[in-house]
Amino acid sequence: MSAASETSIRLAIEMRGVSVGSMRDQSSVAVEDVNWSVAPGDFWVISGFQGAGKSDFLMLTGGMMAPVCGTYCFFGEEMPIFEDHRLAERLKLGFVFETGQLFNHLTVSENISLPLRYHRNLSKADAEAEVQKLLELTELAPWADSTPGAMARHWQRRAGFARALMLRPEVLLLDNPLAGLDLRHRAWWLNLLEQLARGHEWMNGRPMTLVVTTNDLRLWRDGARKFAVLKDKHFVALGDWAQVETANDELVRELRAFTPPQE
Amino acid sequence: MFSLSPPKFPFDLAPAENYVAAVQKGNASTFDSPQVRFVLRMPLPPFFSNYLGRKLFRFLLTIQGLGAFALITLGVIIKKIGVARHVVRPLIRHEISRAGLRLLPMFLFMAAALGLLVIGQTVSWATRYGATKYLGTVMVIVVVRELGPLITAVLVLARIGTANVVELGTARAMGEVEALEALGIDPVHYLVVPRVIGMAVGIFSLTVYFIIGALASGYLWAFMQDVPLRPGDYFSQLAGALSGLDFVLLALKTVLFGFIISIVTCYHGLAQPLRLEEVSYATVRAVAQSVIACVLIDALFIIIYLAT
Repeated sequence: MSAASETSIRLAIEMRGVSVGSMRDQSSVAVEDVNWSVAPGDFWVISGFQGAGKSDFLMLTGGMMAPVCGTYCFFGEEMPIFEDHRLAERLKLGFVFETGQLFNHLTVSENISLPLRYHRNLSKADAEAEVQKLLELTELAPWADSTPGAMARHWQRRAGFARALMLRPEVLLLDNPLAGLDLRHRAWWLNLLEQLARGHEWMNGRPMTLVVTTNDLRLWRDGARKFAVLKDKHFVALGDWAQVETANDELVRELRAFTPPQE
Repeated sequence: MFSLSPPKFPFDLAPAENYVAAVQKGNASTFDSPQVRFVLRMPLPPFFSNYLGRKLFRFLLTIQGLGAFALITLGVIIKKIGVARHVVRPLIRHEISRAGLRLLPMFLFMAAALGLLVIGQTVSWATRYGATKYLGTVMVIVVVRELGPLITAVLVLARIGTANVVELGTARAMGEVEALEALGIDPVHYLVVPRVIGMAVGIFSLTVYFIIGALASGYLWAFMQDVPLRPGDYFSQLAGALSGLDFVLLALKTVLFGFIISIVTCYHGLAQPLRLEEVSYATVRAVAQSVIACVLIDALFIIIYLAT
């Protein structure tokens, strides 16, 4: 095996010259020429204004879209993955949608158990113990038998989070997890994500690689995180929070809300 | 897993590309390319010949999309026959119940009505010419070979096929298909395969009950009209008119009806990145295409009957 391919296997995510199509308008490109590497255990925060292409970028990273051009490898496997023999690699990746994207005909506990039951071929009873653990972890036990339509949006997102955690993915992508949350819920998310990044009991102490998108960089300044912004259809890696603070770019200044936007 | 990339799912989210290049690559997602969408929805043309040309082009595109979707579904059924059976088998049972058992009361009523209708009309004609000995034959030709399977297919389409389009179209528009892909679950295996198997089994079973009900109610009506026909004679007429081929073709035809209706309705629900406002339009198209497909299949079986 060449040195280059050994390096790419060590990286959780590696993008070279990737252009991202738009989900809404498939004839346009949302983000161009992305060169990005994520090592296992990294915690990346990607910001940008609404419409900058954060969700499209995360969808591509989650393997739900093919790159328009360039190569994207996930633990050395070229994405997207649809084939059965590469499915094990694909399941190392979890995805949390901004609106939860739960299956409306299933209850919360059925939603959470579905990936485990499908991929391990378990009956409902066999998956029950794992579901209960996740319901407790995510404080969703009172909603266990409710269908998504009976829940508020932020609880649906939390159920989507629990569903993504069910298979204990090594890499978790979260699309704007703190959008529209009150202080209590925001603190809960930040706390649990920080625990997962350091190695949570649910992951048997193994640190999880996290990538989140956000509209507000300030919320993520604590902890060892790496930051990037989507600006003018380009992915710009900024580094840690100290580098974000010293960045003189107007967009970054707006996103960290240190100064009001220039007229 | 059935290799789907490339060619992609017809409802894949891959960015659009040049139509000719995509056709050369055999990429089924071109059905939703902006150029194709333009062809499907552009305003009425000024000349009738243009209109016919567009209709022909749309027809070919539909055949391409439906054919690709049917082949993908067949491939998934065969390749994933034992995969996730604790999840998929309850779904199949649910679909069989939905497209079969729960419709039984309505079908028994319809069977009684059809028996009365056919025998009622036939008796008045047959008694005039003293041809009551052909009642059984008429019932076999009309009910067993033609109306039984076709009416069953159309009623199941109306009750369950339309629900398929609405459910899947809504799920698609609400992002549930992306959620399945994000979880590494094949949407065709989870959403389409149970519906296809359920509807094929459901239509076959309902047709059998429908035919038995119609034949029984036919005799009841003949009895009430004082037709001199004993149950044994009626049964003999039916048995004499039926052949082994009838049973084989009946099974084939009904299973094929179920397969086609479920494929067309699932395709229109899933195959395109639908927005919520497009679900009703997709439902109308799915119903029209399903009815046309069923009539064409029926015509094919008539040719087979005539040839044998």
